[in-house]
Amino acid sequence: MDRKRYVFFDHTADVGIIAYGKDFREALENVACAMFSIMVNLKEVNEAICRIIEVEGREEELVVNWLNELLYLFDAESLAFCRFEVKEMSKDKMKALAFGEKLDPKKHKCKMGVKAATYHQLTVAKEGEVYKVQVILDV
Amino acid sequence: MYKLRRLDEFRWEIPPSYKPGMRTSGLVYASEDMMEQMKEEQVLEQVANVAFLPGIVGYSLAMPDIHWGYGFPIGGVAGTRVEDGVISPGGVGFDINCGVRLLKTNLTSSEVAPRMEELMTKLFQRIPSGLGSQGKIRVGEKEMKEVLAEGASWAVERGLGEKEDLELCEEEGCIKDAGTSKVSDKAKKRGIPQLGTLGSGNHFLEVEAVEEIYDKETARAFGIEEVGQILVLIHTGSRGLGHQICTDYVKLMGEAVREFHIELPDRQLACAPLSSAYGKDYLSAMKCAANYAWANRQCITHFTRECFREVFGQTNLDLIYDIAHNIAKLETHTVDGKKISLCIHRKGATRAFPPHHPDLPSRYKDVGQPVLIPGDMGRYSYVAVGTERALSETFGSTCHGAGRLKSRGEAKRELKGGEVASELASRGIVIKTGSISSLAEEASLAYKDVAQVMEVVDRAGISRKVTRSRPLGVVKG
Repeated sequence: MDRKRYVFFDHTADVGIIAYGKDFREALENVACAMFSIMVNLKEVNEAICRIIEVEGREEELVVNWLNELLYLFDAESLAFCRFEVKEMSKDKMKALAFGEKLDPKKHKCKMGVKAATYHQLTVAKEGEVYKVQVILDV
Repeated sequence: MYKLRRLDEFRWEIPPSYKPGMRTSGLVYASEDMMEQMKEEQVLEQVANVAFLPGIVGYSLAMPDIHWGYGFPIGGVAGTRVEDGVISPGGVGFDINCGVRLLKTNLTSSEVAPRMEELMTKLFQRIPSGLGSQGKIRVGEKEMKEVLAEGASWAVERGLGEKEDLELCEEEGCIKDAGTSKVSDKAKKRGIPQLGTLGSGNHFLEVEAVEEIYDKETARAFGIEEVGQILVLIHTGSRGLGHQICTDYVKLMGEAVREFHIELPDRQLACAPLSSAYGKDYLSAMKCAANYAWANRQCITHFTRECFREVFGQTNLDLIYDIAHNIAKLETHTVDGKKISLCIHRKGATRAFPPHHPDLPSRYKDVGQPVLIPGDMGRYSYVAVGTERALSETFGSTCHGAGRLKSRGEAKRELKGGEVASELASRGIVIKTGSISSLAEEASLAYKDVAQVMEVVDRAGISRKVTRSRPLGVVKG
């Protein structure tokens, strides 16, 4: 079955994402893609760099920490990512690979800035066979 | 059903009985139509939630441009006792010291109109805007600490402004005792490349012409002399630095809430006692972000002056005022006849002090504080002045702008960015942006009508209209 990786939902001032996956790892990969798709055109981002990213936290906390770490890298090091692989996951830690390249305003059409991932309506849940992560981003 | 109590034409009370745990009532400034809209949005729930904050004094206040935020609504104001109350990063927002600066020129719309395209192109090229843009001002880590500690004066000392600019800025462009050690390395690293940039979303620089003067005497005191006079409005904040500081401290406050057994109806209201290390550290870091934002707006002012000089020759661009509308300030207010030290959270709300307030620049002591209210990019913006009634009712606070009405998704479904650009162009407004598609999100239909918001605050007496201006050109992030 061809399943959507993520969808967006309306929120007055912000943007909501629901990301899906066969497990929590895949949902985390997809929510990160969803966030970057708001900021840049993913198709324009090459996998020139691979960055190892380690994040702490459990469940919902992990989602917020993961996305905020990526936002930090975007701002501080001008890194745009288009694909992710969660490699290791324990009770309260995660290690992932992030693939992308340095942001180049001439090449990458920059869309909307994201300030942070928030805790508002943040949920991680398994619905049947599908893992669902919901998060609202302050934009 | 909300059991609202209508106090008068523009004030509505949410009594503590609405939700068990409210320490005080909510007070919403709104017209009847606005109130209907607010009920649908469930933003009143957020006003009620703020009333749970320990140490809250007076009402949990809501301005007429209120809309749903996280934790605090945007357009919310709350004062908490410094002695035993809390400070909440959600009551400031991610964009710490998002604010507005207004400059005046001695040019008129007829002089500027023929060269708008040239001027706006220059401004767009000179002032980095939009996602991913890098600043032209290079600072290292050591200098960055100076920016955080000194604010706008850091920029002025480096030739990026005039000494007079500092006097005409809230807090003179710098809150003292900002502890740079309380700002994470991550936050500093995000801020370093972004100094002197507009950012994206609803941040902008607008060249505007005065369209109506409601109060000639106050306008003149502010340096606004005539209809057609050109002003420049700059709307931006603390960029990634502020966002990171908020992110860092919202996380820490989660621990504080557990440690101090604070019961909250919404996790996003996470807070800590002002007397605690958490509270002091956040306040210190928040001051750094506020100072960065003032330095940022000062740098952008400098670039704007350069562009105007290059196009129009020797021309003055003088600061009228600069206000913060996402901030927490330690202020002394009189409550029930007693002076009390309070932490005033203004999240999407503007300070509006009356004449003779000691915190005003000497130039404005007799008239009151300029209040700068931007509308959406297609309509108008306002200058107002602070009042005594604001000081006594809202801790000297008023609205901050138009307030969103529709989500970005809704706006984009109704309009295309290109349509918005064409419509603005047909009205003679020159738009420069790196993201045409995002114009739809910032279109007028996505926002409340700021004229209606101004009507409420003016008639409720918490600020008084002075002038209205219309946009001629906008650099949109």
